[in-house]
Formats: sequence, C-alpha cells, structure tokens
Amino acid sequence: MRAYWALFSGRLRMLLQYRTAALAGLTTQLFWGLIRVMAFEAFYRSSSKAMPLSIEQTVDYIWLGQAFLMLLPVRLDAEIRAMVRTGSVAYELVRPLDLYALWYARTIASCLAPTVLRCMPLCIIALFVFDMRLPSSPASAMAFALSMMVALLLASALSNLLNITLLWTLAGEGMAHIAQVATFLFCGMIVPLPLFPDFLQPILVYLPFAGLMDLPFRLYTGHIAAAEITSVLARQIFWTVALVLCGRWLLSRGTRVLVAQGG
Amino acid sequence: MRDAFALYFRYISASFRGQMQYRASFIMMTLAHFLMTGLEFLAIWVLFARFEHLGSWRLEEVCLFYGLINMAFALADATSRGFDMFHHMVKTGDFDRLLLRPRSTVTQLAGQEFTLRRIGRFSQGLLVFLYAAQALSIEWTVAKVALVAFTIAGGACLFYGLIVLQATMAFWTTESLEIVNTVTYGGVQTAQYPLTIYRTWFRQVFTYIVPLASISYYPSLALLEKADPLGSDPVFQWLSPAIGIAFFLLCLQIWHIGVRHYRSTGS
Repeated sequence: MRAYWALFSGRLRMLLQYRTAALAGLTTQLFWGLIRVMAFEAFYRSSSKAMPLSIEQTVDYIWLGQAFLMLLPVRLDAEIRAMVRTGSVAYELVRPLDLYALWYARTIASCLAPTVLRCMPLCIIALFVFDMRLPSSPASAMAFALSMMVALLLASALSNLLNITLLWTLAGEGMAHIAQVATFLFCGMIVPLPLFPDFLQPILVYLPFAGLMDLPFRLYTGHIAAAEITSVLARQIFWTVALVLCGRWLLSRGTRVLVAQGG
Repeated sequence: MRDAFALYFRYISASFRGQMQYRASFIMMTLAHFLMTGLEFLAIWVLFARFEHLGSWRLEEVCLFYGLINMAFALADATSRGFDMFHHMVKTGDFDRLLLRPRSTVTQLAGQEFTLRRIGRFSQGLLVFLYAAQALSIEWTVAKVALVAFTIAGGACLFYGLIVLQATMAFWTTESLEIVNTVTYGGVQTAQYPLTIYRTWFRQVFTYIVPLASISYYPSLALLEKADPLGSDPVFQWLSPAIGIAFFLLCLQIWHIGVRHYRSTGS
C-alpha cells in the first residue's frame, strides 16, 4: 500500500506545480460559464412552462460543472501513451506491484490535482461575482461533499479504463475519443441532465456518467434531497466497482496482446 | 504574389500526402472531431426540445447561426496550425530559419500544415446549415448565396486574425497565451446564438473589440430578412463581413511589427 501512496502523492505534488496553466484555465472556464449562464437565462425568460430545474438551480449546476471540469477524462495519460509507443511499458510490467492499482493511483492524482487547483478559486469567484448560491442546506453540503469524493474515485476508474485502451495503440485511441464524447454529454456538463427530454430520464440516471457530476450537483442544489444520499452513493459505488473490474479485465487482456516496441 | 501562392500549394499538397499516410488514424480522428463538435449542436437541440423557442428565435434560425460560425471557424482552424504552434518556434529558436528564407514568414507559417481532420467540424456545420437553409423559408437568390460565401470567408478571416494575434504575442512572452482561446473557441460558442440574448456589455465586446457580430449576427439577419431588434441598417448587414477581412489585414500588420521586434532565443 505504501508504494501506491508514494506514487499518488509524488504525482500529486508534481501536478500542483502548474499554477500558471491553472490560472489561464480558470479565466477560460469563467468565460465559458458566463456564456452558458447567459444562454440559459435567455431560454428561461422565453418560456413560462414549469421546468424540472429552476433557473437558480441551473446556474449553480453550470458553475459547478465549470469548477469540476478537470475531473472528466479530458485528456488521456500522455505518459502511458508514450510508454506504449516506445516500449518502455515493459518496465511497468516487471515491477513487483499490481499494475492496475499502480495506474489507478496515478490516475487519481491526475484527476485530483487540477480539480483542486481550479475548483476553489472558480467557486469563490462564481459565488461572489456571478449569482452562484451556497448549498441549499448544511445537510446538502455534507451530502455533496461525500458524493463528490466518490465521484473522484468513479472518474479515476473511468479515466484509467480509457488509459488502458491505449495498449491497443490505434483502435484504443479511437474508442477513448468516443467514450469522452459520451461522458461529456451524459454527465450533465453540456446540458443539466434534468433538462433532457423526459423519455431519456430513466436511462440517464442509471448510466455511469450521472455519478460524475449530475448526482452530486443535484445534491448541492437540493434538487435531490440530502436524505437520498445512500441511494446516490450506492449508484456511484456500484459503477466505480464495475469500472474497476472492467479495467482489470481489460488490462489482463491487454498485457497478453501487448507487443513491446523498441530496441 | 503568384509565387507565394504556388509555394503555399506545394506546402499544402505535401501536408495532405503526409496526413494520408496514416489513413485509419485520420478517419478515426475526423470522426471523433465530428462527434465532439456535434455535441454542441445536440445541446442546442435538447434545449429547444425543452424550451421550444429562445426569445423570438426558433431552432431553425439558431441552426443558421450555428452552421455559419462553425464552417468559418473550421476553415481558419484547419489552415492556421503553423501560427497555433508558433510559440514552440520562438522557444527553440527555429523561427530564425524562416527568417533566412527569401519568402514571407506568413506564407511559410500558413503552409506548415493543413489539418484535414478539421473536416469533422466543417461537415458538421455544413449539415446543420443545409438543414436550416431548407427548413427556413428563405428565397435563395444568387446574391444570398454570395452573401453566405462572403460571411464564411469573413468569419474565417476574423478567426485567422485572432490566431495570428495570439502567435504575435509569443514574440514578447515566448508563451502561447491561452486567454485568446476565450475569443476563438469562446467566440464560436457565443456566436451560435443570436447576439440579442446576451447582456449589453458582453454584446459590445463582441461587436466593437472582437467584431464577431459582423460575421455572424448581421449577415444572418440579412439572410433571414428579419428586422434587427438592435436597429441596424440592411445595407450595413450586407456589407458587414468585410469587417472580418479588415480585421485580418490589421492583425497581419501587427504581426509584422512583432517580427521586427523578434530577438532569437537560439543556441
């Protein structure tokens, strides 16, 4: 366990060095969020029908989406890609550690560091400058925090699964791209899930992607009552375990077909 | 001038041949690009399914905005890779080599690559545009088709100008300033909705500072023959894409100032 912890904290400290990049990213994200908020406000103004999500809840949801963007598998692990291309992935295989756990620890750090750097300042600015509100109640805040922690594990399991597909150099990369598209759409990053057509709702809540953003964000806004936290966590944990098992299986297949390149 | 074009086409054909060596990879990347940029459209569709209309605008009208801006950006994005990667050249000192050659730096950089997989975004924008073109009851005359071409060209020039401006800043900072992404990618995002939905200050930024309105909002009004809630003149609407081209020429002048200011980091 110590080895995995060392790997995790080493990578975390390395990634926390990129503060200028985080600042540039922060500005971009603020701008992005602002465009989204204005577009949604215009949509809400033009309809008098009752909506499944109030405009205030939507605004909170959008800002949270911007704050936690880095949690999504936006980019694959460049080092793993390079290792597969150059053949040095062979070194990874000879280490006396469990390869899946090794990569999972790395991935958790790579999901956590940029998210931490970005979410704090963005939430503070959004709260003070752009109409974002605090969690609807202390209980909601607690539920949100808990659910967000599981979301980190879920997001890392998903990213790790996509990283593993890199073992199949070309086909894997194509697959990973398609999976990224699905993630963005079905986690609520682009349009909050409750605003999707009603007939899709039963499908959306049971996909793994809802646990990344939608479920915790709805806990924050009070759209899902804090009392329902157990059902939310159960869904998130179920998918985390499922994706970890899936990743393990794929990795064992992948290491069998892997040809170490290089010379 | 003719010489510069001949050179440019030689560069581009080399770039095409290079990219076609990895055909499977190319097809996959193009498809992924198509889907990724298509997400934005799906979002618009979902919102209209829920809210039915956006102020006085219908889905088909927003499709027109969306199609035009995406085609324009895809063109600029595909041809500007050299400028996009320019800060690496400043960092490594490779720009010196370009300066030694007896051809303009702009031609050489523009010719670095024609990124073919950007067809993904272009074809996606084209599809949405064609849908809008037949769903809206627009009377298509030669003049209007010409206006569409003029708008797309003006838009591509505007985005190209912004990317050149971003590259120019590298002369002073040796870093690429990602902030410019807010007006390029963010501009595409903004202009896929009619400008009237935004707050006044935001609208003014994209009208006077980055003249996005001139290559999207105003010409689209002329195509739709819709009275402007902001009160612009139809003659102005027809001519406004020229502002995009003027913006590009201005950016090239700033680029030349930058080149004169260049001091090699080389080693």
